Amino acid sequence: MTFFRLNPSSGVPLYLQLMEQVRHAVETGALRAGDQLPTIRALAQELVMNSNTVVRAYRELEHEGVVELRHGLGAFISKPVEERAKLMRKAQVIAQSAVERLRALGATEEEIRRLFERELSAMQAEQLEGRQQ
Amino acid sequence: MSDVVIETSGLRKLFDGHPAVDGLDLTVPPGSIFGFLGRNGAGKTTTIRLLLGFLRSGGGQVRVFGEPVVGPAGGARTRRRIGFVSENKDLYPYMTVRQIIRFTRPFFPGWRADLERRYLEIFNLPPDRKISALSKGMRTSLMLLLAISHRAELLVLDEPTEGLDPAVTEIVLRELVALSASEGTTIFFSSHQLAEVEQIADRVAIIERGRAVVGGVLDDLRARYQRLRIVFQREPAPVSWPEGAESVRQDGRTVSILASRNVEAIVQRARSLSGASVERFPVGLKEIFLEHVRSK
Repeated sequence: MTFFRLNPSSGVPLYLQLMEQVRHAVETGALRAGDQLPTIRALAQELVMNSNTVVRAYRELEHEGVVELRHGLGAFISKPVEERAKLMRKAQVIAQSAVERLRALGATEEEIRRLFERELSAMQAEQLEGRQQ
Repeated sequence: MSDVVIETSGLRKLFDGHPAVDGLDLTVPPGSIFGFLGRNGAGKTTTIRLLLGFLRSGGGQVRVFGEPVVGPAGGARTRRRIGFVSENKDLYPYMTVRQIIRFTRPFFPGWRADLERRYLEIFNLPPDRKISALSKGMRTSLMLLLAISHRAELLVLDEPTEGLDPAVTEIVLRELVALSASEGTTIFFSSHQLAEVEQIADRVAIIERGRAVVGGVLDDLRARYQRLRIVFQREPAPVSWPEGAESVRQDGRTVSILASRNVEAIVQRARSLSGASVERFPVGLKEIFLEHVRSK
């Protein structure tokens, strides 16, 4: 039933992969406020992954405000995160048009990915420098 | 329940004067699935035999459920809480599947007949076949059935999927995950199949020459290790990289680094050199493994 697909050998921490996919499902509207995530045991068995890793992902998602853990009931998508999802849907339109324009320039998919990566890295570096001064 | 299921410190074992286990420190918390990795001859099976009390250590400590595994204090009582699948999957060859189950059952008061039936079916084991006539995969499945059905709190599995076909392997992995999730069973298993360790383990240790060279929460290792590709504007003078920069390789203007820690410091060092662009890539367990056991 679940649409989560993890890649254990990619080197990306599995709890981060799972968190990312939950966030993505909220952004696309596949999961909405109040929807319940699979129980820890069910998800561990279905994805054949460690239940401690699922616990970690759910706890971090709770910490970020994406889900609410209701004791004994499970994990539910929280209300405020829907607002964030609306913002992401708007952002999606901007990203889409940027990618289309880069495409029109003749940039390849790989080049576009690198451009975005570089911008984000530069931004991160500036923030780090700002913090040190 | 104690907060540690398996604990060894400075564990040693000599065979003919040669150390097979040489100052091994391991900590396995309850409820974890612990992947124990190493090349052939690195000391995995010897460690497992020390954990089970089949061998006497030549120094250091080993405790399981907080008790020593040999001598009057622990011994048999501790071992009853452990389910074991041996490297050679050796069982009495003259018994049939049904007979070995009947033989094993009385030793364990908590025997789960429901699990016994479930796994007979899942593993498709023929009850009337002699063990000598079973394939290695079937013997492994049978050992797992015996270990799981006696309601062990700790499973110690020496290469549990070796010789199993991919379909049965998937079933075994699924069942291990289910046991861990539903019963809180602690699972300690050795394997050469890095892909399955990556899939179900939450903790790992890599042992090399009898010593743990890498260990910890697998997701933390995944976060800590990164491959960096740094491209300079022109060929750089030798750089002194922060600690954690392993196997630095330079090819013209491109430098490739496997960072085992301090990734941010290494990236910052690279960025401080004029005109360098840095790309970061995640690193899988295979690359981490090869980095640490490469013959030196």
